[in-house]
Amino acid sequence: MAYVTVKGGEQAIDNAHAWLAEERRGDQSAPDLTLEQIAGQLGRAVDRAMGEGSLYDRELAALAVKQAQGDLIEAAFLLRAYRTTLPRFAHSQPVDTAAMQIKRRISAVFKDLPGGQVLGPTYDYTHRLLDFGLADGADRLAAPMGKSETTKMPRVPDILGHEGLIEPDGSGNAEPGDLTREPLTFPATRDVRLQALARGDEGFLLALGYSTQRGYGGTHPFAGEIRMGEVSVEIEPPELGFAIDIGDITVTECQMVNQFKGSKTAPPQFTRGYGLVFGFSERKAMAMALVDRAMRAEELGEEVTAPAQNVEFVVYHSDNIEATGFVEHLKLPHYVDFQSELQNVRRMQREVAHATERAEAAE
Amino acid sequence: MKGYNFAYLDEQTKRMIRRALLKAVAIPGHQVPFGSREMPLPYGWGTGGIQVTASVLGAGDVLKVIDQGADDTTNAVSIRRFFARTAGVRTTTRTADATLIQTRHRIPEKTLRDDQIIVYQVPQPEPLFRLEPSRVETRRMHGLADYGLMHVKLYEDIARFGQISISYDYPVMVNRRHLMSPSPIPAFDNPKMHRMPALQLFGAGREKRIYAIPPWTEVRSLDFDDHPFRAINAARPCGLCGATDAYLDEVVTDDRGGRLFVCSDTDHCAERRAAGHVGEEGLKEAAE
Repeated sequence: MAYVTVKGGEQAIDNAHAWLAEERRGDQSAPDLTLEQIAGQLGRAVDRAMGEGSLYDRELAALAVKQAQGDLIEAAFLLRAYRTTLPRFAHSQPVDTAAMQIKRRISAVFKDLPGGQVLGPTYDYTHRLLDFGLADGADRLAAPMGKSETTKMPRVPDILGHEGLIEPDGSGNAEPGDLTREPLTFPATRDVRLQALARGDEGFLLALGYSTQRGYGGTHPFAGEIRMGEVSVEIEPPELGFAIDIGDITVTECQMVNQFKGSKTAPPQFTRGYGLVFGFSERKAMAMALVDRAMRAEELGEEVTAPAQNVEFVVYHSDNIEATGFVEHLKLPHYVDFQSELQNVRRMQREVAHATERAEAAE
Repeated sequence: MKGYNFAYLDEQTKRMIRRALLKAVAIPGHQVPFGSREMPLPYGWGTGGIQVTASVLGAGDVLKVIDQGADDTTNAVSIRRFFARTAGVRTTTRTADATLIQTRHRIPEKTLRDDQIIVYQVPQPEPLFRLEPSRVETRRMHGLADYGLMHVKLYEDIARFGQISISYDYPVMVNRRHLMSPSPIPAFDNPKMHRMPALQLFGAGREKRIYAIPPWTEVRSLDFDDHPFRAINAARPCGLCGATDAYLDEVVTDDRGGRLFVCSDTDHCAERRAAGHVGEEGLKEAAE
């Protein structure tokens, strides 16, 4: 066989991209998906792409989901690579979730509370039976309207806080860290850890949170409150000296209330685990709150034994864009290193064979 | 490219990276944390190297990109295109013509000059990570130059296998102070780092670290007096150009154990053949 050096990488890449574009479009006799359809009817997918992509823009996220053929990690990657080119003007004031325009608000620790339990658009009590009616296209739908709610909905940790039963919340006035601008350093402060979790992979956090419930760093959690709805985002430009509203975003917040028996410096009281995610992403917010609390083990004088309590382990491995890149880079050529390993194994095999021969000759 | 700055990154980011580079050059082999940006290529594809290249690239530069020693591997093509598109710089496959060389897994065979810069893509900048996974711990170990763990690992290799079993990403001591990962180049390439006239820059995007070796710096592969460092290579000449001092790839030619060994550095091989050097395979073809 005559050996010809492989050429044509450029053409191969172009062809692969063309094929991908055709695959993405699918059957061209079927109508093309619009971004409105994706943002409107695949809302949870768009929410996840926004959260893990760290960019709140439903239209761009819908485009990313479309371009990624529904691969949500790829979609988040597209959003991140776009986001990184945008200038950073300011950081917002702490979002006031107590003033949230509530769509859903439930507490597992009180039967009833001011503002009541509001189920909202939840899957919780649906029976998971495939709805074949949906396949044919649904009729016009209209959910019944409730009375407009004017009661205040205080956050459950605030209710507990009045009695001093739960630790106080940290103050939110310092400039928060930003791990998209500054490299991670340890010990990582809680603001940076929460940022990492909010951007982190839902599946990874879900598994870690779950592991704390099965004995790997238990935190005795109660779902103090979960709320979802719109909050306003405010920034305070230095030249103005007062805060201005720059828009509303939908977020899901979870506050876990965890048992704590007290330490030398802190009285016995409940402690907090916190989760906040773009859009309606309750599973992620709850998992985040569990892992946040688990990572506070060292701070609260608890023994650090489980993966979820190991800040370095959690924060370095929660980012799915980093993880997918490094796992998938194994498909790039590694033949130079493999070649040196081949020669190495051959050399070591020869040594073993020689040693055996020498031993046999000596007998 | 419309809508993007020269070489993709904005000038603020480039300045941040250049500051990290200056610090890295001032402390050879020391890993400098930097605010690695999210690039439009995936982590593991060379985001660190790309950011370093983007930060030092000028309009007059001539860029060469290699992966596995070759200019035409898909990832090398993709990165070269990225800079041709975002910076409009001239590109080349000839080592001697390049002012800036970005590489993954190899150092070119041709000795680099003092007017050239080589940028390495680094997947894992921490040379101790297999022995100590915590970066808090390894940072402390570098601070104290506490490298006993690595020496013990090499000693254990010799005790168990009669030799050091690391064949690539072979740890080096830079300027007699910092233990450093040379990136996953074959150990064969390690000696080229020693007192190299060119500036060597290393970028690890996912791990957010930059490090450097200034020109003419001492770079020693770790070893013992009675077990000196040995580079590994196939014990035969290149089948195409007959080179005996170049790193060789093994190409499978059939399913009956047929093998052809050829230069991994495609530019080196092509230049030698153009100069009239012929290997065994070339002679066979000429005879046919």
